[in-house]
Amino acid sequence: MTDVWIVIAVVGIATVLFKAAGPVFLGRRTLPSKVQSVVELLAPVMLTALVVTQTVGGDGELSLDARIPGVAAAAATLAVWRRAPLVGVMAIAAVVTALVRVVA
Amino acid sequence: MRDGVRAALPLAPGPLLFGLAFGVLADAAGMGVVAATAMSATTFAGSAQFGAVTVLDAGGTIVAAITAAVFLNARYIAISITVASIFPGGRARRLAESQLIVDESWALSGRSGRFEWPILVGSGLLLYVLWVGSTALGTILGGTLGDPNGLGLDAAFAALFLTLLVPYLRGRRAIQAAALAAVITLVLIPLTPAGVPIVAAASACLIGLKR
Repeated sequence: MTDVWIVIAVVGIATVLFKAAGPVFLGRRTLPSKVQSVVELLAPVMLTALVVTQTVGGDGELSLDARIPGVAAAAATLAVWRRAPLVGVMAIAAVVTALVRVVA
Repeated sequence: MRDGVRAALPLAPGPLLFGLAFGVLADAAGMGVVAATAMSATTFAGSAQFGAVTVLDAGGTIVAAITAAVFLNARYIAISITVASIFPGGRARRLAESQLIVDESWALSGRSGRFEWPILVGSGLLLYVLWVGSTALGTILGGTLGDPNGLGLDAAFAALFLTLLVPYLRGRRAIQAAALAAVITLVLIPLTPAGVPIVAAASACLIGLKR
């Protein structure tokens, strides 16, 4: 339980500082463009890693299971409807995966 | 500020359901209502919270969970810099109001072509209340859902990250970095403890140094 609180505290403090970086610490100065282009890529890179681990991550191994058709259905939805609502995409993935689990 | 609240109202179902989903995941990870709500109140950034709790839920270390969340939120350095000059008042007030910067409030505040403080703060406040409230509710509901994976919720969370990812995949460099991150993650999943692949994948952003 203490582990969880350490995560909450450290992530909370880091986020407060990140959000304050511009308005409080930087004012009107700007970041060097090299730093800026690396920081801009952090979000897509981390989100991709989360998609992959959440889709095929198992207990210390790759696990190919019913999550894959579910996530594929979500990806297909986003491919035809780029701005599809988050909850709808999540529901599609959940329903497809649950159905495959029932059938398989 | 009222304009900001009004601007964010059509978006309300998003953070509301997103917060419910976070509460459900936090409950599955054994966090409890107080911890989950405290995290939403202090971090107020959905994807990083999901990232940290996903790593913990998979049995990753606290260092891996913290690193994943901190890397995910590092974008707020860049985001907050774009709106650095619109916050009025002294340091303490700017510190407090800057916490209302989230992806959605930031995007709304720049819709007119220049960033507007009343929109950012108004929409940020509404989103904050929805986010913290729905997290608490989701944690309580989570206990009544049974095994979330049986319902396909594990795939739903993958779909959540995928949906958040799509708007970032603009431009060749972002797509290349994401592809590299996917490869790193796939290679490391069988080789390293949970959480490590996600942290290692962050190195893919160094593509940004390439000309």
